[in-house]
Amino acid sequence: MLARRIIPCLDVRDGRVVKGVQFRDHVDVGGIVELAARYRDEGADELVFYDITASVDDRQVSPEWIGQVSRQLDIPFCVAGGIDSVEAAGARLAAGADKISINSPALLRPDLIDELVAAFGQQCIVVGIDTFEQDGTYRVKSHTGDPGKTRETGRATLDWVREATTRGAGEIVLNCMNQDGVRKGYDIAQLRAVRGVCPVPLIASGGAGAVDHFADVFEQANVDGALAASVFHKQVIAIPDLKRDLAERGIEMRL
Amino acid sequence: MLIVDTKCANLASVGYAFDRLCIAYTISDEPARIASADKVLIPGVGAAPYAMRKIAEAGLTDTLRSLVQPVLGICLGMQLLFETLEEGGETVEGLGLIPGHVGALETGDLPSPHMGWNTLGSLVDDPLTHDLRDGDHAYFVHSYAVPVGAHTLAQTTYGQDFSAMVRHGNVRGCQFHPERSSRTGASILRAFATL
Repeated sequence: MLARRIIPCLDVRDGRVVKGVQFRDHVDVGGIVELAARYRDEGADELVFYDITASVDDRQVSPEWIGQVSRQLDIPFCVAGGIDSVEAAGARLAAGADKISINSPALLRPDLIDELVAAFGQQCIVVGIDTFEQDGTYRVKSHTGDPGKTRETGRATLDWVREATTRGAGEIVLNCMNQDGVRKGYDIAQLRAVRGVCPVPLIASGGAGAVDHFADVFEQANVDGALAASVFHKQVIAIPDLKRDLAERGIEMRL
Repeated sequence: MLIVDTKCANLASVGYAFDRLCIAYTISDEPARIASADKVLIPGVGAAPYAMRKIAEAGLTDTLRSLVQPVLGICLGMQLLFETLEEGGETVEGLGLIPGHVGALETGDLPSPHMGWNTLGSLVDDPLTHDLRDGDHAYFVHSYAVPVGAHTLAQTTYGQDFSAMVRHGNVRGCQFHPERSSRTGASILRAFATL
């Protein structure tokens, strides 16, 4: 049976892993390769690395650290951050990344999704979506790495999920910004709504603070994976304990 | 150990997996070196028509069809070992090293592609499955699959039962990615290297 995935997310800035609250006020939480190895050993099912300054600084993630991470890991990992061309994606995949995730550049130029899928296949093209709930509607924001440069895109989240998957995205990571870093639980209502229109694997992001939150998002929103950062970086939740607890509740886990 | 540069695979991560196991390997697209290697690993990701075209452009089709040493195909590399592959409504001729056809994975209402850690079961005894147990997890990413049949070494279920591992004589394949399948994958790669 397919296991639900537990996915630590490592926000990378200037070659270090950082974490902010609601995408602001970042603090250093460790080295990239060291944290990757720690999560591998603790039983993480997959890792995601977001270079959160890439799009706003108009530069791209460094393939050098991707190679170092790929040498260490015997689990899959995805890299994101400012990838805006077939060449940039190809360099990261060749360096050893299993998947690449695109966000702001896909919003600026949606054809990028089609181009990447044609070049590398659906299986390695992830679309990350930063979504914000306001007055009961879900809207997409871009360039969220810097609060001063964050933009409203004018897109409705459900429409963008439909468009991205129609264009061939192989997986959707939904970052619910209202919940990010505050550890009050995933946005179950929004994730359920997105699940209803998303035919590819869906990963929940934003809000994990307790074991119950993971159980809720798997049981109530039927997501394929749950992504979290601060609870793992700050060792509020240990991954082996989390996976054992979820398995005891009948949620399929790789133990 | 020779890893074939199929021009359609993540060669780096496959090589790193052997580095972690301290197993020496070369990566090559030269027919003579491939033909004379002790063991040949065929990686691949992406679309079958593109992959077969790349293999043909590199002049490797006949070389790969004539291999008599132990061969291991990974993911799309396993699917290419079969006679025919369906993809996007067209049928592509594969390498024909194993009889059979690769078709769409019928996932029903489940998300597709099949992506993540799934369990291996119905294990058939083989050097590559020797250290595995029913219920061991491996990492899959695919939307086409080989049905369960006479060549199946391990089965997995996602919407339907399909072949997770296959063997036909000297030729074996893994539908999942052993280089990204933690202990399960390491034991398979080690077993292949020491055949």
